[in-house]
Order: sequence, then C-alpha cells, then structure tokens
Amino acid sequence: MSDNWVEVCAEDDIDEEDVIRFDHAGRTFAVYRSPDAAFFATDGLCTHEKIHLADGLVMDDIIECPKHNGRFSYKTGEAMGAPVCVNLKTYPVKVEDGSVFISI
Amino acid sequence: MSHFVIVGAGECGARAAWALREKGFDGAITLIGEETLPPYERPPLSKAAIGEALEPKFVAERNRYAEEHIDLMTGVSVDALDVATKQLSLSDGSVLAYDKLLLATGARARAFPGVPRDSRSIRMLRTHADATALRAAMLPGKHIAIIGGGFIGLELAATARMLGAHVTVVEGLERVLKRGVPLDIADAVTARHRLEGVDVRCGVTIASLTDDAGKATVRLTDGDVLAVDLALVGIGAMPNTELAERAGLRIENGIAVDERLRTSAPDVYAAGDCCSFPLHLYGGRRVRLESWRNAQEQGSLAATNMLGGDQTISAVPWFWSDQYDMSLQIAGLSDGAVHHLRRDLGNNAFILFHLDADGRLLAASGIGPGNAVARDIRLAEMLIASGAHPDPDALVSPGVKLKSLLAA
Repeated sequence: MSDNWVEVCAEDDIDEEDVIRFDHAGRTFAVYRSPDAAFFATDGLCTHEKIHLADGLVMDDIIECPKHNGRFSYKTGEAMGAPVCVNLKTYPVKVEDGSVFISI
Repeated sequence: MSHFVIVGAGECGARAAWALREKGFDGAITLIGEETLPPYERPPLSKAAIGEALEPKFVAERNRYAEEHIDLMTGVSVDALDVATKQLSLSDGSVLAYDKLLLATGARARAFPGVPRDSRSIRMLRTHADATALRAAMLPGKHIAIIGGGFIGLELAATARMLGAHVTVVEGLERVLKRGVPLDIADAVTARHRLEGVDVRCGVTIASLTDDAGKATVRLTDGDVLAVDLALVGIGAMPNTELAERAGLRIENGIAVDERLRTSAPDVYAAGDCCSFPLHLYGGRRVRLESWRNAQEQGSLAATNMLGGDQTISAVPWFWSDQYDMSLQIAGLSDGAVHHLRRDLGNNAFILFHLDADGRLLAASGIGPGNAVARDIRLAEMLIASGAHPDPDALVSPGVKLKSLLAA
C-alpha cells in the first residue's frame, strides 16, 4: 500500500451519506462519508462511461452514477450490476485532526 | 430442456438474455437480431458515435454470449410467429420452437413520406451504420437541415454544429420538445442552440423534401427553400409491432402488455420500445416509452417473470438528453400537473417540479451543465415513486436538500 497521503478536505466538508469530487495531480477521485460517518474513497469516474460519480447519489453504502444509474459499493468498489460490470478502484482514507486524507 | 427465445437484440433483448442467466436460468436462450452487430447501446449514436467516431459500445462482447450459452443470431429477422404451435419462422428458413418468448423488437425511425430509404442526402438515424454514414457527411462548412425539433433532431443539431456544419432545425409545432418537456426547459434548449449558431425555426412545416442529385431540397410552407448537403429526418419512432400483429396479438400503440409484460398470447412477453403498458403510478394509464433505461429495466423485469416471477412495472419513467455541454433529465409524466415550481441551482441549472392539484409530485424536469441536475432529479424520482406530497417551500429552496424530504 502506498503511503502517499494527500489531504482532501475538512471532515465537515462532506455531509453524512454524501460524496465530493477531489481532483489531484491530473486524477479525479470521489470521497464519501457514509451514514455512520466513516470515510471512503474511489476513483472519480464511473467505469461505464467516464462520468463523475460525485454528481451521483449516495444511498447507504452505494454510489449511483448520475448518468445511467450504474451502482457501486463505495466501500469495496464492487459493481452491483448492469450497466456497470467493472469494479471501481478504492483508496485508503484516514482522518487526522479534523482533516480527511486519502492514500493514492 | 426449456428454450426461451428473445426477438430483438437491442438494449432490451440483450439485457433480458443476460438477466435470465444472472437469475439462474439454465435452459437454452436464443437472441435474434436483425443487425449484424452484437447488441450495442444506442444513446451514443446521436452524439459521440458521430462527434467522436466512437466505436459501438457493446452490451457484451460477442464471445461472452457463447461463454454463457446464449445463442446470439445476428443478421436474421423473424418472419412469422405462430402462438398456437409456439414456433417462429426465421428469414434464414429455419423454424424455432419456444417455451417462452420475449418480443423486444424495438422501434424504428419514422420515415418522411415519399423519401427513398436509400437516399444519401436525406437520412435518418437508428443504427450504428446510420451514425457512421452521418459522420462522413457532417463536415465543416456543410449545410444541414434537421427535420424535427425532438430529442434526436436537437442532439444531431448539436453534434453537427460542434463538427462545424451550418445547421437549420425545422419544427412544425410552435416550439421544440413539445412532447414531454416543459416550456421553460425547451426555451433554455432553444436559446442555447441559437447561441451556438443554429437556425431554429418553429411553427413551420415541410411542403416537400426531395433528393436532388446528391443534395437535398427542403421546401417550407412559409415559402422558404433550404438547399442543403444533407437533410436529417428526426420525426419520431414507430414501434415494430408487425410480427405481433400478424400473430394476432393485441396491439394498442405498441404490443399491448399487462403490468407483468405479458401479451395477449400465452407465454409471450413484450418489453421496451415496442410495447405499451399500464402505469400503475399514473392511474393505470397506458404508455409506451422510448428510452434506454426503460428498455433495460423492462428487459430485466421480463426475464424475472419468464422465470415464474411475479414482478409488476413500478419504475418512474426517466430519460435524459445531452446537447453541447448541457444535460437535461426528466423523471415522471407531467400531464395533469397544475403547479410548476422552480428550483434554481446556480450556473444556469434549474429544476421544475410538477405537482397535481392535491400537491402530489408527478414529475420533475431539469437542465444544466454536465450532470448538475442529476442528483436532484434522481431524488425527485424517488419522491414521485413514493407518491409524496412534498412541501412546496422546500422544493423551491436550493438550501433544502431533497434527500431530507424523502424521509419526511
């Protein structure tokens, strides 16, 4: 596992059961806060048609793509069925001193 | 061994085939398509397939069908269906017996009367091959007339404009997107096209449309004449019901099915663009939808019920259109709405909520750059599905998260 930790935002910048987009070094990520206030991160683009997932809807531990409703578990990256069949890459997340970091 | 046959290898038929396997069906599956390509997604055809020469986006690669023992027959059409003997006669001369049958025959582009199907200067769009031909014609500086200001016409107008062609859109009604799109959103779409340099003409109809030695001549009823390199006809789609009709199935603006997608013949189902169905959510009124998600969802629902399930149609109609960098999305059916409430999201993005006299949310339509309206439309769809009567003040206040209304 890489230990290249990058600061994303303050903890409170992401609502519970929500997601934000995070761009860094030419890459784009989606960073989530689950209903039980844990943080997760995945690649930012849907594996179906390169749509930013951060415009999508978080429901429990699922992120739904805003375009074609492809669904993934943002905790595991697992694709949940048509039209998405390729899993999302996930990244480790930590919270320190009120800030969210992802390891990329 | 049980044999399930699916006629029509578009989004709906293909999704049905895959859903049958995913749900554990271990009998034989035959999927029959008229086109030579394996099933592919049609939404890019009016957009990236032309604008970016995108290759077909297959639902699955051809070899995957063989791996899952789905017999994919392409370039074959079905000539006859006999529901008494449960047999199909195919264009290659073979006869197939089925235990259960799904008709997913889709729709075809409505032709302009009198125009030869093989005209090179007057074209329509339905297949990837059509899109490839259009790409070759949409060159910078070419003059293109688009007949019809519906979704296909306007998406093609945007694509042609982005490729540098001169574009005129001719719509017979008083505004574009008259079917299913509220005025404010149609106005926003029209304004954007005009800003991009498209000549949008509404309330004028076509007196004649002729292929003149490689060019097209469009004569309008207001006396104007457009001499163009290419005329594109986008005047709607017709459900492919002929096979069902000849077999004696009930037809009603499409192959009539019940809310379990069963046709009037035993063991014969229909789904997707080709069928009309009662929509419980809107008082059981019979609708036919031409949309990607409907095709996909009904393909899956048909598979469930063909396997003995008892699932009824509950989905809220939903579709989208992409033009330039804008996307519009609509959830629900707004007919019968009397209140139209607007939520401004900033950056030229807004959503209209359509409520009936009792305050029940019937539909929501939105437009904005990228996917700016997507999340709220999705939440609105969930509110519509639950029969919600949301607080009007909350709907128009961008500061109030729509998600908070779901729990209410």
